[in-house]
Amino acid sequence: MTTPILKVTGLTMDFGGIRALNQLDLDVCAGEIVALIGPNGAGKTTFFNCVTGIYTPTKGDVILTPPGSSKGISLKGMKPNIVTQKGLARTFQNIRLFSKMTVLENVMIGRHCRTKAFILGAILRTKATRREEREILEMSYGLLEKVGLADFANEFAENLSYGAQRRLEIARALATEPLLLLLDEPAAGMNPQETLELDDLIKKIASEGQSILLIEHDMKLVMSLSDRIFVMDYGKKIAQGVPAEIRANPQVIKAYLGEEVDA
Amino acid sequence: MDYFIELLFSGLTRGSIYALIALGYTMVYGIIGLINFAHGEIYMIGAFTSFIVATVLSIYGFPLLAIVVIAGVAAAIWSSAYGYTIEKIAYKPLRHAPRLSPLISAIGMSIFLQNYVLLAQTSDFLPFPELIPDFDFMEPVAHIVGSSDLVILITTTIVMLILTFVIKFTRIGKAMRATAQDRTMAMLVGINVNNIISATFIIGSALAAIGGLLIASHIGQINFYIGFIAGIKAFTAAVLGGIGSIPGAVLGSLILGLTESFATGYVSSDYEDVFAFSLLVLILIFKPSGLLGKAETQKV
Repeated sequence: MTTPILKVTGLTMDFGGIRALNQLDLDVCAGEIVALIGPNGAGKTTFFNCVTGIYTPTKGDVILTPPGSSKGISLKGMKPNIVTQKGLARTFQNIRLFSKMTVLENVMIGRHCRTKAFILGAILRTKATRREEREILEMSYGLLEKVGLADFANEFAENLSYGAQRRLEIARALATEPLLLLLDEPAAGMNPQETLELDDLIKKIASEGQSILLIEHDMKLVMSLSDRIFVMDYGKKIAQGVPAEIRANPQVIKAYLGEEVDA
Repeated sequence: MDYFIELLFSGLTRGSIYALIALGYTMVYGIIGLINFAHGEIYMIGAFTSFIVATVLSIYGFPLLAIVVIAGVAAAIWSSAYGYTIEKIAYKPLRHAPRLSPLISAIGMSIFLQNYVLLAQTSDFLPFPELIPDFDFMEPVAHIVGSSDLVILITTTIVMLILTFVIKFTRIGKAMRATAQDRTMAMLVGINVNNIISATFIIGSALAAIGGLLIASHIGQINFYIGFIAGIKAFTAAVLGGIGSIPGAVLGSLILGLTESFATGYVSSDYEDVFAFSLLVLILIFKPSGLLGKAETQKV
């Protein structure tokens, strides 16, 4: 087995006396789609927040290993912008676009950490700055085409439909050229048609070699997309495996549906 | 009629100077939600820096244009350094403190800088060299519009166009807008928010310094206290236009400048401030968020 690009070991997060995450282990290999599922309040989003630097975990470590490199980087305690620079990008359960900026600008913002023009460059407009701006623009348009939003490039983000806003969030995350894309409930609140389109989009992105870690409630989507699934409940991992194994796992069924009562 | 045009131009001139300072208030407020009360002092330091540089250069016999440009650039750089440092020392450590703390810190910084300049320079009014000459082609209208009014109007227009361009189209401008809208999310798309906040202070300070040079040359004297009243007026203008809004700051400044100018011209110069602040009170009663400001909705 190759070294996983993301390896999380013994991740623990305490909020006062509440242990939201308890000794969680998880790994994602290059090119894989991995899903993290669990009932509401299981700690999935807390897990994302710990990995992306919004929270600093109490214990445990998060190691990112770029493909081809033998040495991993510990992301623990890094600020979110550094984590993004190292190669993690995420979307949110409740959409967080820059709503007063245009669709195109939202994607261009994603290029920020991969480019470098600053105040002087902005005022003096050197050749390098102009070339950089052109590259940002071209790549951003390319991404909008990929998620099917090129026609809306100059709309304000807040005027897009719900499904389109979700796709825009994905495009913005992709603009940072992540090693691993973290999707937090991408299908939440979508109608079946939109979910189907999302399914296609994620498959298309994954087929280009993008590794993805996904939190999702829509089981049909999870089962059809994922290579491997991790299941958590009350901050602990209760199962992991390929979709077929998870479907048959009695503990998972118990966590989701409750225990059978003997008559 | 000539009198009206004269008042109109003097109002626009005042207004555009207020605007250069008000932009610093409004940009900083937009990005970190802080009223930077030390901003008026940055303007005062800009005026002092250009005074020192211009005096030294004129001793060495530099041509006037070179003096203006070098003094302007030096003032902008020096004031930016102050703005940057103030943010790092007085505001950054308080970023997650209750809103009142950085405000008090800002007032403290303002008093400190005033007294620092008082001790390091002088408490007297210093005669500021006249950097803007009377142009020959302005001769026929010189009794209505002075050459320095014209230069101030043109300079501030150019500066504002550059600023608009930077904020609208460049990488750093987009990052500033993104940070203003959602700081956490900006970090998550890889923006170094601390750098962007520093950049905001640097740009705002440079604008104030240019304002300092222009007005000092226009009025002809400076002292350590000029930042206070200019700062309060510019702050009023920013609130008038809707604090946090960049076009609002410009609009508010022009309205304030014109009000003062006409009040002085048609009523009495004693009532200049009465009119200016009555206008502020009226606008705050009928449109609390300012002319172009948006009513703040609480984020859930």
